[in-house]
Amino acid sequence: MAGSGGGAGTDTGRFRALFEPRGVLVAGASTHPGKFGFVSLHNILACGYEGKVFATNRDGAEVLGVRSVAEVDDLPAGEIDLVFVCTPASTNADLLRACAKKGITAAFIASAGYGETQTDEGRQAEAELVALADELGMLLAGPNGQGVVSPPAKLCAQIVAPYPPRGHIGITSQSGNFVSSFENYAQLTGVGISRAVSAGNAAAVTVPDYLDYYADDPETRVALAYVESVGDGRAFVERLRGIAARLPIVLVKGGASAGGQRAAASHTGALASDDRVFDGACRQAGVSRADTIEQAYDIAATLATQPLPRGNRVVVVSTAGGWGVVTADALARTSLDLIGLPDGLRLAIDAELPPRWSRNNPIDMAGGETRDTVPRVLQLAASHPDVDAVIFLGMGIQANQAKLMREGPFWPEHGLERIVAYHERQDARFAEAAASVSEATDKPILSATELAITSPANAAPAAVRASGRLCYASANRAVTALDHLWRRSRWLQRRGLPIR
Amino acid sequence: MPTLSEAASKQLLAGFGVPFPPEHVVGSPDDAAAAADTLGYPVVVKLGGEGIAHKTERGLVRLGLGSAEQVRDAAGALLAAVTPDDGDVHLLVAPMLRATRELIAGLHNDPQFGMTVMLGVGGILAEAVADVAFRLLPIERVDAEEMIDDLALQALLGEFRGEPAVDRTAVADVLLGLSRAATERSDLASADLNPLLVVDGRPVAVDALVELR
Repeated sequence: MAGSGGGAGTDTGRFRALFEPRGVLVAGASTHPGKFGFVSLHNILACGYEGKVFATNRDGAEVLGVRSVAEVDDLPAGEIDLVFVCTPASTNADLLRACAKKGITAAFIASAGYGETQTDEGRQAEAELVALADELGMLLAGPNGQGVVSPPAKLCAQIVAPYPPRGHIGITSQSGNFVSSFENYAQLTGVGISRAVSAGNAAAVTVPDYLDYYADDPETRVALAYVESVGDGRAFVERLRGIAARLPIVLVKGGASAGGQRAAASHTGALASDDRVFDGACRQAGVSRADTIEQAYDIAATLATQPLPRGNRVVVVSTAGGWGVVTADALARTSLDLIGLPDGLRLAIDAELPPRWSRNNPIDMAGGETRDTVPRVLQLAASHPDVDAVIFLGMGIQANQAKLMREGPFWPEHGLERIVAYHERQDARFAEAAASVSEATDKPILSATELAITSPANAAPAAVRASGRLCYASANRAVTALDHLWRRSRWLQRRGLPIR
Repeated sequence: MPTLSEAASKQLLAGFGVPFPPEHVVGSPDDAAAAADTLGYPVVVKLGGEGIAHKTERGLVRLGLGSAEQVRDAAGALLAAVTPDDGDVHLLVAPMLRATRELIAGLHNDPQFGMTVMLGVGGILAEAVADVAFRLLPIERVDAEEMIDDLALQALLGEFRGEPAVDRTAVADVLLGLSRAATERSDLASADLNPLLVVDGRPVAVDALVELR
């Protein structure tokens, strides 16, 4: 697609029509609550979209309180930017022509019956749809997609749940179900999204097109994409390289092992499996490639909420021993460096903790954690010039005990009420300290505890969420995410690009 | 696809800075012995030619020859093994290099991603170990350096069994040379440097195979 800038007839203007529409039309609204034409209208209305909502329905029926019309011609002009299309493929050409006359510049086609059918008819219908959108100057998302979500506009135009919290991750996927998966992680972690769009068959607007828009979108700090087919691999990677210099991209590729090794005359060729070449191309392009969906969300959420480390020198701070040990093991498998504690830092911590602390890295506070020592030790570690990042472990233990007391038969007598309040306040303070020290030092501090998923209401993970950051479900997941952050930072530094 | 002889492959890639040992291309056992005297012993003698591809399998490589007499005998035996299908042949005389570490490097035209450059851990287990890194061409020095970083067997690249650490700059130079060769020679279809020996920490390719389009 050509053209830039922000006007209505430009790419940016059309993407804005998709993500920040002034009004939305659901074409093919249905009174049957099982149909796409009902669900999409339901989700738009239920999630609080504040623009005008219109609907077409063959019989002009009222759906969810919206008075529909039978023909687009009966709608007002200049009030609608986006049409969400649930009508049969055969009727969509006429529909888009009528929409263009009303000033609509973006269409999300949920309808199936196109290229995904793998039939000549389907492929031809798709080609005709693309040509028509081109002729009409209309952005064409899909077809065969699940929808578009844009929390800054309170827009949830999709045929699936959930409606995720607002944040700074821009999502696009060749599989609509993975858009949902990512949105579920946004809900679980509280680290929200800026935009999410299912590329569907990506007949006109492709995954790199969305990423390119996200790079200039002030709401988006990191892009998260799922792809299966990349078509012309070289063109795909070269576009991603141009975008990755401006915006971090986290990518999951499905079918990574499908190609396998091909027969080749040369040894080099024999070693050139699809996945190895793609992996090298991603590293070259500065794209953070994730192995799994949950890892991808961890990395994206980290890029969205933590500053980039300047180097790979890590200190682990733990309230108790075992966690630090396994975290050290996890670090040893990455490009990160668990540094020996600098003498000055050891002496400074000596002054804060009882003598039983570990006196090396990982820093095991060995029960010496108090409302004062945790913030002080985090501050000392993170502000040290030889430290680039901190991993913080062992929060939430006391609040977990508090939960058992609160739910037990002795509550609130025997002094339980007071101690529970104290424990919960304490664990919240630890989490808050991690966020505020990270902000003050501009260095990443990643807090990890399995309570993030086993007991999300625990004061520690709850306070991490309230600080806008990800509470990692395990130390090794924090290590993996931090490793990707460091690799991103190193890629930028080695190429003289600004670290952001 | 036409395959260049080992000597022609090396000549082409040497033009782009790929390091090879000093070698002599000769026609007779006497000339082979004279070349070996110049190089110093031990030496390797191989039978070369555009029609000769699988030298090792056919026993056309004679290693560790320690005297002029051994060289003359080996060269005579190699010429006696020539078949009419082999076309024009020659003898390649090269110093016998000893190395505990072997890398592999090359160029490969990927149907989806176009020309790629590869670096890997070499040796007879190379394909089983599959510790390799690819990049799309052309590459910059930073890409070459990151390819070296990508290899999992980093312990192999440090000081190893009394040998110095691998000269990473020199390995990057090999990769950049391959990249330039592919960019400037559009008729180049693939290349193998196998093995790329590490001798006193520096990479030296003792075999090369170039395919043209």
